Amino acid sequence: MGLREYIIRRLILLIPVALGVIVLIFALLQVVPPTRRVFVFLSGNPRELNPEVLKSYIHMYGLDQPVWVQFAVWLNQLLHGNLGFSEITGPVLDNLLRRAPATIEIVIYSAPLIILIGIWAGVNAAVKRDKPFDHVSRVLSVLGTSMPSFFFGIALSAIFIATLKWTGTGRLSPNLDSHLTTLRGLGQWHDYTNMVTIDALLNGRLDYFIDGLKHLVLPVTVLVFINTATLVRVARSSMLEALSKTYIIAARAKGLSQKEVVYKHARRNALIPVVTLAGLIVGGMMTGLVITETVFQFPGLGNWAAYAAQRFDVPVVAAYALFSAIVFVLANLIVDILYAYIDPRIRLG
Amino acid sequence: MKFKVPERLQPTIREIKFILRRIKDTPLSLFGIAIVMFFVVIAAFAPLLAPPVPGLNPYLIPSDPALGFRVEPSPPSPKHPFGTTLLQRDIYYGCIWGTRWAFQVALEVIIPIVAIGVVLGLIAGYYGGVIDEILMRFTDIILAFPGLILAMCLVTVLTQANWTTIDSVLLSIILIGWPGYTRLIRGETLRVRNEDYIEAARASGASDLRIMFRHILPNTIYSIIIVASLDFGGIVLTTAALSFLGLGAPTGWADWGRLIYDGMGFVSGGLRWWWSWVYPGVFISLFVLGWSLLGDALRDVLDPLYRRK
Repeated sequence: MGLREYIIRRLILLIPVALGVIVLIFALLQVVPPTRRVFVFLSGNPRELNPEVLKSYIHMYGLDQPVWVQFAVWLNQLLHGNLGFSEITGPVLDNLLRRAPATIEIVIYSAPLIILIGIWAGVNAAVKRDKPFDHVSRVLSVLGTSMPSFFFGIALSAIFIATLKWTGTGRLSPNLDSHLTTLRGLGQWHDYTNMVTIDALLNGRLDYFIDGLKHLVLPVTVLVFINTATLVRVARSSMLEALSKTYIIAARAKGLSQKEVVYKHARRNALIPVVTLAGLIVGGMMTGLVITETVFQFPGLGNWAAYAAQRFDVPVVAAYALFSAIVFVLANLIVDILYAYIDPRIRLG
Repeated sequence: MKFKVPERLQPTIREIKFILRRIKDTPLSLFGIAIVMFFVVIAAFAPLLAPPVPGLNPYLIPSDPALGFRVEPSPPSPKHPFGTTLLQRDIYYGCIWGTRWAFQVALEVIIPIVAIGVVLGLIAGYYGGVIDEILMRFTDIILAFPGLILAMCLVTVLTQANWTTIDSVLLSIILIGWPGYTRLIRGETLRVRNEDYIEAARASGASDLRIMFRHILPNTIYSIIIVASLDFGGIVLTTAALSFLGLGAPTGWADWGRLIYDGMGFVSGGLRWWWSWVYPGVFISLFVLGWSLLGDALRDVLDPLYRRK
């Protein structure tokens, strides 16, 4: 079986899971009374929402019809990109798209750091087994899994934001943020990606770039610290296993240097199982973002979902759950394909 | 008179001795056990360590009227060793009863999760076929969500259906937790299903139920203990994360996550009111640390893959 057939088979297997995810969310929504559930169906921006209007909407979207009719209507809405309407923040899809860049920006900075630090620390801990490096990295990774991310975030926030005033909450300092509107009006600022640091560079504003970066340091630190821990542990044990293999003894017997043995022979093989963790890290990030963005009041998707959950804003929470499940499933698909690409035993076996 | 150990129990005693010797040799395991024991003692003696006000729910942290009804926390003092938080609620009381609450939450979640996992995992692994396929696809769907986010969604929905927040938090963590155990036990069942002694039991006329619970289940018990103890802290962490998002115990409840959530309101003061979030944060971190070290220790001694290395 070639790589191509493998990918096709994986894609086909994806359909029932994606459908299952949608059915599960729909089933959960059945618990909510129709007058609240109808907001998940609403499209566009309804002007007035008195009980009479709601009743007509309930009828219009078939909420007084059998369950399967409701499901068909909702699925149709989803396929047309309608995620419902929130009484608090407005149309759900608009908000999702508007807030996504801030979150993507955090991810762009944290994901490479997590992978690089995780693999570097794990490999080194295995090579220097039972040496100080190994002990320190183990203590840090145990702390990373034990300390709640919000506790770590609050501590950083109290020290670096409230006491030392090195940086602030949100994406930009208030004065720079309010000046942005003026700059836009003057045509000196264009929103290319809506990611502060990238747009700042494209507009040639170094001050905005530095300010944006300063606001990213703490959320990225929390995400990296929390998510690296598992990676370090797995990379370490995988590397230890690789180092004990006979081909390593053969490489050493051949007279290769320690460096060549470790980096060329052991590490390449050790990293294969580590790839599968990438999917898990994506899941960890989706969760971590909710907490981190809340602590640092960073206006991204996680903050939006947490804000909605506190106010029992069903359409937003359901949409975010759906969105993160789809991202998670896609990430796992990519991981599987990568894995098969790196390790022929998977697709040929 | 010398107490004589029955012949039948000899292997069990040898096993326990071996386990104790292994644990004694690893300082980190001892540290983990010490932390867990420390919390067990606090939870057991909570009524003595922090006497509740008679007639009130002990999980509600009492306010100190002597400090007035100021909103800002008061610093640690002999009367309030950890200081007070929002509305002069005693943090020491909250941390002590929070420990008991953490155990209660973890047990109320882990017992149903393990029970569901054992029953469904045994059925899926033993019978295989269509039942297995359906159950596994169902776990796939739940595991397709990042846990905390599905829990968040469940709590939101359940509270709309007039559940109390505490009940909906417990139920939602059970609902996101069982698939992991079902898969674990299914895998273990598949591993031992075709062993000779299962075949022998079947040949001697044992019923399916008897084979599943008397012959397969005891062989999976170690994995269950290891994963459950690793999970014990994780459950408390998830509950605390939900509390921190404002989805969980109401304000004033002796819940570490809720205390941190209330303390976060005072973060703008920098380190001025540090005690309002540091103490509950340290309690929860230590609790999770203790259980994860204990889980690692148990894996080292119980898991045949690790034990004789």
